[in-house]
Amino acid sequence: MKHTISVLVENEFGVLARVSGLFSGRGFNIESLSVAPTLDPSISRMTIVTRGDDQVLEQVTKQLNKLIDTIKVIDFTGYDFVERELALVKVNAEDETRAEVLRIVDIFRGKVVDVTPKSYTIEITGAPAKVNAILDLLQPMGIKELVRSGPVVIGRGPKGWKSS
Amino acid sequence: MKPTGSQILLECLKQEGVDTIFGYPGGAVINIYNDLFDSDIHHVLTRHEQAAVHAADGYSRASGKAGVVIATSGPGATNTVTGLATAYMDSIPLVVITGQVPTPLIGNDAFQEADMIGISRPITKHNYLVRDVRDLARTVKQAFYIARTGRPGPVLIDLPKDVQIDTTNFIYPEKVELAGYKPTYGANHRQIDKAVKMILSAQKPVVYVGGGAVLADAAAELKDFAEMVQAPVTTTLMAKSAFPTPHPLCLGLLGMHGTYYANMAVTNSDLLIAVGARFDDRVTGRIATFAPHAKIIHIDIDPTSIKKNVRVDLPIVGNLRDVLQGLIARLASSGGELSKTVENTAPWRDEISAWKASHPMSYTPSKTVIKPQFVIEKIRELTAEDAIISTEVGQHQMWTAQFFDFYQPRTFLTSGGLGTMGFGLPAALGAQVAYPDRQVIDISGDGSFQMNSQELATLVQYRLPVKIAILNNNFLGMVRQWQEMFFDRRYSQTCMELPIDFVKLAEAYGAVGMRAEKTDEVEPLIRKALETPGPVIMEFKVSREENVLPMVPPAAGLNEMVLAS
Ligand SMILES: Cc1ncc(C[n+]2csc(CCOP(=O)(O)OP(=O)(O)O)c2C)c(N)n1
Repeated sequence: MKHTISVLVENEFGVLARVSGLFSGRGFNIESLSVAPTLDPSISRMTIVTRGDDQVLEQVTKQLNKLIDTIKVIDFTGYDFVERELALVKVNAEDETRAEVLRIVDIFRGKVVDVTPKSYTIEITGAPAKVNAILDLLQPMGIKELVRSGPVVIGRGPKGWKSS
Repeated sequence: MKPTGSQILLECLKQEGVDTIFGYPGGAVINIYNDLFDSDIHHVLTRHEQAAVHAADGYSRASGKAGVVIATSGPGATNTVTGLATAYMDSIPLVVITGQVPTPLIGNDAFQEADMIGISRPITKHNYLVRDVRDLARTVKQAFYIARTGRPGPVLIDLPKDVQIDTTNFIYPEKVELAGYKPTYGANHRQIDKAVKMILSAQKPVVYVGGGAVLADAAAELKDFAEMVQAPVTTTLMAKSAFPTPHPLCLGLLGMHGTYYANMAVTNSDLLIAVGARFDDRVTGRIATFAPHAKIIHIDIDPTSIKKNVRVDLPIVGNLRDVLQGLIARLASSGGELSKTVENTAPWRDEISAWKASHPMSYTPSKTVIKPQFVIEKIRELTAEDAIISTEVGQHQMWTAQFFDFYQPRTFLTSGGLGTMGFGLPAALGAQVAYPDRQVIDISGDGSFQMNSQELATLVQYRLPVKIAILNNNFLGMVRQWQEMFFDRRYSQTCMELPIDFVKLAEAYGAVGMRAEKTDEVEPLIRKALETPGPVIMEFKVSREENVLPMVPPAAGLNEMVLAS
């Protein structure tokens, strides 16, 4: 089963290697990982998407918690949360397909962020499923390059992570 | 004048109560060694950095204090790797300080540069690269705190040469503040109440003790608890010294080379109380048939140990001493219920006594050829109860666990988790440094001994009277045993073709060497060796193809033992 986990870590030297090394060393699966500092620059937040049964996930959370630099681990499974991913897509846009590409982008409320006579570069945000859906539609036009950020998540409701 | 980084380091060590360091100098730590020259900290120069770490580890296992190591950058640092991994697997508190190339050169493949932070990450509890001398004191403080608290473990501090030379004001922080590390858990009362209920209703309880009981110095509480409940106690290799072997409730070792009665007791139990143990595969055998009828209570300081390998019915995270004290207090106030339980479990103890009587630990004695088990029994007979025993890894290690009676915690030093050949001699060295007046004996095989035999020089130089018993079968015996049992006796690369003259080897180092070749020479030789001052090698030419039994074959269930004939 897929789990999305937020890990709040001290923004120390080598902390990303500790977390990724933990996953590879213990044979845990990592589907995506994104990381950036929080409002407090001494703390970084990682969002990790991983897969495994309950026993594996229990180990993943415990092992993450055991790292000295880890301040908090939140497994969002079973909680209400907002999930968003950013994708940048460079897609073929020659005469006959230019209009079609724009129509698709419009439907998905994406944005064209770079234009050439032969291509559009599109910015799209949303839940990973939405990103997948637009990619499926753009595929026939010819996708030249794709960058996905991996999802980031935040819990719904008034409380921040410190009180959750 | 403001102190330099290396002066600050030594001052921090003193503040942490460190009076002994094991190490080996080199270019990237030469400043530290220069300041050490004027310091009253005792430095033991081993002959290899691996041995320095094992020595600090043995020092720590025997004394309970954190062990401290200094090694230079590059090859000095990489030589510490096996020592770190050994300590990490057995949760031994160490602080290992490695020199590093100057910060501006880091990443340039500079002379004697190795990425020790990367290399040591999975084999340390935590590690630090100190890039600014102003962070040094805080880092050392944190390193000791992390090494000693919670589930202990080795911490590495990588210290670039320029940071050792830079100066700053020295302030030793009084407190450690780590947002992500809160290692102290009080025993949870609700969990303790539940455990007491389970204990009081058990018919066939077994206490399964691991190395955590030694690390937490919980032997006294463990004994009180077991006696109170009259529950039989089986120990892992790491916990051999946590519960007195001759105690009527003691079942000895469980697992692959466990006693018949310990493995039968676990297999038939209805309540398994795991105390500071981690259900290692050498202990459980095939998981599916491990303690199939038992409810499991698992007490451990480290949440990751719980439910890692086996299902657990009641987890209790906490310091073992606190938890055991909590259990004892609750049981004490349970009045008549406890005595009823003790009565109810009497048939269970009888059943175990019957197993003990039908299948005691045994070997076939010989009046002529020396049996290794006999040597081990004789060493026990002739040494003091508080003698400290270390082992290497192999058959001799298992026979020691099976046939040597332990009375006191921290008297058995062995590499359990990693199984490191070459551990025993330097570990004995470190233990002897901690306790100059106690008997310290390394029980070794001829193969393992040669992995760190250079430490004879250290023993002689520092007049450390460690006695080394080499059970010489001229084989890598444990591997040979597997080849005999599972590979048609095809002894591929396990016969040590070149016989070593260990007596001469001892003499070359300025130590004393003795050899016994027949059974009746064993006792006089041990007596003589124990009376001889300074380090002594006792070489015993033992029966070559002796096997360690009982044995649970790999991936078999605990009750599927191959027994001694
Ligand atoms: C560093 C290391 N290398 C290899 C092994 C694998 N191994 C385990 S036991 C053993 C044989 C040990 O032989 P010896 O020290 O002579 O002891 P014996 O089994 O004969 O008592 C070997 C090679 C190990 N445990 N450690």
